[in-house]
Amino acid sequence: MDRKAEIVIVGGGPAGLAAAAAAYKRGIDAEKIWIIERDKELGGILNQCIHNGFGLHTFKEELTGPEYAARYISQVKEIGISCLLQTIVVDIQADADGKKRVVAMNRKDGLFEIETEAVILAMGCRERPRGALNIPGYRPAGIYSAGTAQHYVNIEGRMPGKEVVILGSGDIGLIMARRMTLEGAKVKLVAELMPYSGGLKRNIVQCLDDFGIPLKLSHTVIDIDGKERVKGVTVAQVDENRKPIPGTEEYISCDTLLLSCGLIPENELSTGMGVTLNPVTSGPVVNESLETNIPGVFACGNVLHVHDLVDYVSEEAENAGCHAADYVRRMEKGEGGKAAKEAKEAGKEAGKGKEEGGMAIPVKCAGGVRYTVPSLVRPSCMQEEQIIRFRVGNVYKNAVLTVQFDDTVVMKINKRVMAPGEMEQIKLKKSKLEEFPGLGEITVVVEESRL
Amino acid sequence: MYDVIIIGAGVSGCSVARELSAYNRKVAVLERASDICEGTSKANSGIVHAGYDAKPGTMKAAMNLRGNRLMESLSRQLDFPFRQNGSLVLCFSEKDRDKLEELLEKGTKNGVEGLRIVEKEELRELEPNLSGQAVAALYAPTGGIVCPFGLTIALAENASVNGVEFHLDTEVKEIKKLEEGYRIETSKGVFSSRTVVNAAGVYADTFHNMVSGRKLHIVPRKGEYCLCDKTVGNYVSHTIFQLPTEYGKGVLVTPTVHGNLMLGPTAVDIEEKEGVNTTGQGLGDVLERSGLSIQKVPAGKVITSFAGLRAHEDGGDFVIGESEDAKGFIDVAGIESPGLTSAPAIGEYVAELIQKIIPAEKKEDFIEKRNGIPSMAEADKEKRQELISQNPAYANVICRCELVTEGEIMDAIHRPLGATSLDGVKRRTRAGMGRCQSGFCSTKAVEILARELGKDIGDITKAGGKSVFLTGRNKESDE
Repeated sequence: MDRKAEIVIVGGGPAGLAAAAAAYKRGIDAEKIWIIERDKELGGILNQCIHNGFGLHTFKEELTGPEYAARYISQVKEIGISCLLQTIVVDIQADADGKKRVVAMNRKDGLFEIETEAVILAMGCRERPRGALNIPGYRPAGIYSAGTAQHYVNIEGRMPGKEVVILGSGDIGLIMARRMTLEGAKVKLVAELMPYSGGLKRNIVQCLDDFGIPLKLSHTVIDIDGKERVKGVTVAQVDENRKPIPGTEEYISCDTLLLSCGLIPENELSTGMGVTLNPVTSGPVVNESLETNIPGVFACGNVLHVHDLVDYVSEEAENAGCHAADYVRRMEKGEGGKAAKEAKEAGKEAGKGKEEGGMAIPVKCAGGVRYTVPSLVRPSCMQEEQIIRFRVGNVYKNAVLTVQFDDTVVMKINKRVMAPGEMEQIKLKKSKLEEFPGLGEITVVVEESRL
Repeated sequence: MYDVIIIGAGVSGCSVARELSAYNRKVAVLERASDICEGTSKANSGIVHAGYDAKPGTMKAAMNLRGNRLMESLSRQLDFPFRQNGSLVLCFSEKDRDKLEELLEKGTKNGVEGLRIVEKEELRELEPNLSGQAVAALYAPTGGIVCPFGLTIALAENASVNGVEFHLDTEVKEIKKLEEGYRIETSKGVFSSRTVVNAAGVYADTFHNMVSGRKLHIVPRKGEYCLCDKTVGNYVSHTIFQLPTEYGKGVLVTPTVHGNLMLGPTAVDIEEKEGVNTTGQGLGDVLERSGLSIQKVPAGKVITSFAGLRAHEDGGDFVIGESEDAKGFIDVAGIESPGLTSAPAIGEYVAELIQKIIPAEKKEDFIEKRNGIPSMAEADKEKRQELISQNPAYANVICRCELVTEGEIMDAIHRPLGATSLDGVKRRTRAGMGRCQSGFCSTKAVEILARELGKDIGDITKAGGKSVFLTGRNKESDE
């Protein structure tokens, strides 16, 4: 069973769904858009996020995760976009003629290939496991990623434990502190290695403070006790180098340790096909069109960089869907081979050379800015307003955010507080960029106010 | 009355069981854990040693050499992953060169083939990622790597197919010598047997001392390891050892047979026979000492860490043989490194001993071949299509990091001595062994276990006993 598509979207979570609907609205036939989803339902991780707070930006109302997903699922179904569920993409190859071949398999169709013009990567992210944190101790049952615990509580109606310590104050961990409490567990502590939380302020207030759950910053788990099931953990304070401080150890008896220590974009398929990643985000390097170094391969959502709010995922994914649709139209007009070749060569010169659509200007970070998405901008391909998203690497109070075109400051915004848990954005104007012909680089800077 | 009871379903016990299963005798294996390969055999370096390390004339030297020679044909017969990748022992200073020569001499005396000393330049060609601190190395082309679970499980399955009884969750409490044979009290009742093979790992001294006046003493020697992601699996291609230096015994850096990179082990004698916890100190040591061998230790690529206990007997050698003051009681004790390598030879040797005590006929219907679980990850396109056409569950990926399908997990559960726990599934299929360390697939694998075993998900464990994943239903109060 081999098929042909114009756009194949890998992942049927919020990013994939929004990208699909947008590509259709931009003129691609519904049957030429394929969503491939490994789970048995569309919606991705939203299906287990039964708390509310989704959609404030997009729909101006508070929805639960499944409700938010349902809005996009019903759109995709109404349009009639082809969705393959319980299907895993095994491999993607980019051919010399610009076509891509997506190898996938499922129970019904076995192993098959889809030939397509464009691919949108929307695989989302995974949680950082205990192993990657190298936490010493025994390896009993009772250690879960926060997302696994969320699956058990919200999908299966089962409790993964009764007395809980949570390491890491990422949003899922905070949400699970409240969920486990509401379902009858005792959450004894949330320990955070960094001196600040990695989660949203609103989640700290609503999920910890409101339930009297203590949050210890600059603390970590240094030992896990229990041979069959967790019996307790040892928590210690850490110094500025994140090393445990002797004498601060405290044993906390518990039967469960939840980990909420960061999310890692799932880019095994991307690197397998030759997509270049940004080591800071672990997501693909993309230009203003959210296109990777491989022409016709786009990325959006948490596979590109980890977002704080799903509303921004949807927005970004809609952009990716539109750009993918435009790419398919250009290929149809026969610009295919030539454009792909040019872009490929340009890509080799790391964004400095001539690309399809003119010069690509690198977007650089300085001060507290850890990364930007996109990190390349081609003014001729820009829409009038281009969103640049980024995160800071520390808590900044009375911060000054500036944007520089080479040495000229073109934007300056005062921010009362900026934190790593919140994604930030700026909007570049195409008309402004056009005032700077021959521009070498754009720099986004965050600094503490010198006042 | 059994003819032979083997205590312990680790690699030694299973190898003995498999060898014995070729003969007409009543044989049983007693194992306290809920699965085979739950002790020392599951947490070690997975190395098939060439055999230059052991002192000539020792049991270790003999078993190592023979085991090394048997491993390849055994891996084909029983279908488990093995690769002869060769090993290198690095020498870091000119003044230690004599130690390297000594090792070469010892190896040659032991009968190791192909040993030679390679100089710095050749070394760099062989292994470009070495630190540059090594001045020379001993090259042993017969060194290899094996999947320790794969080997142990293959031996056990084959023994089981050939009629050996396996009693899991059966802890031996007491052994008494009778007029004829032995009476073995366990958590699951009493067994009696004409002979006993004591392959109880770190507990082998406890059981030996119940029947013999010539006491054994085993110290659990803890070894901690870090396992790195497959993206750095090719960082070295040989198994890289270190000559002991003034800073200690040294650690190894090796590719695993599945394509990961492994660093370790430490060597610390401990008191507790269950002390398989890792420590901050130990894991730190592993990373630091690996830096002597390789440049830029990929610490950021560690996906998991673990500790294992080697059963070190005070005498320093394997103790294999019939106890002098307890006839019919055969020790397989003190099986530390190179125990995994030696396992096939130990099985053969003990089977010969038993043949002298209880002579038996070879079975005419002995099945010497065993096929492992097919691997979708390793299969090519045609093989994948063939498997899927046999069972569509081979197209349903459960563990995406290691590409393990529902079909493979179902196989693991339903084959002889099948998996009953999540760790059991993991060791048989690699589901959950990848970079996300089961974060994504554990809930799905638990669901499949429950479905296939006809249990509730609340009763599925990580590794038997009380290692349950779930403690109740939502809003369910205590008791």
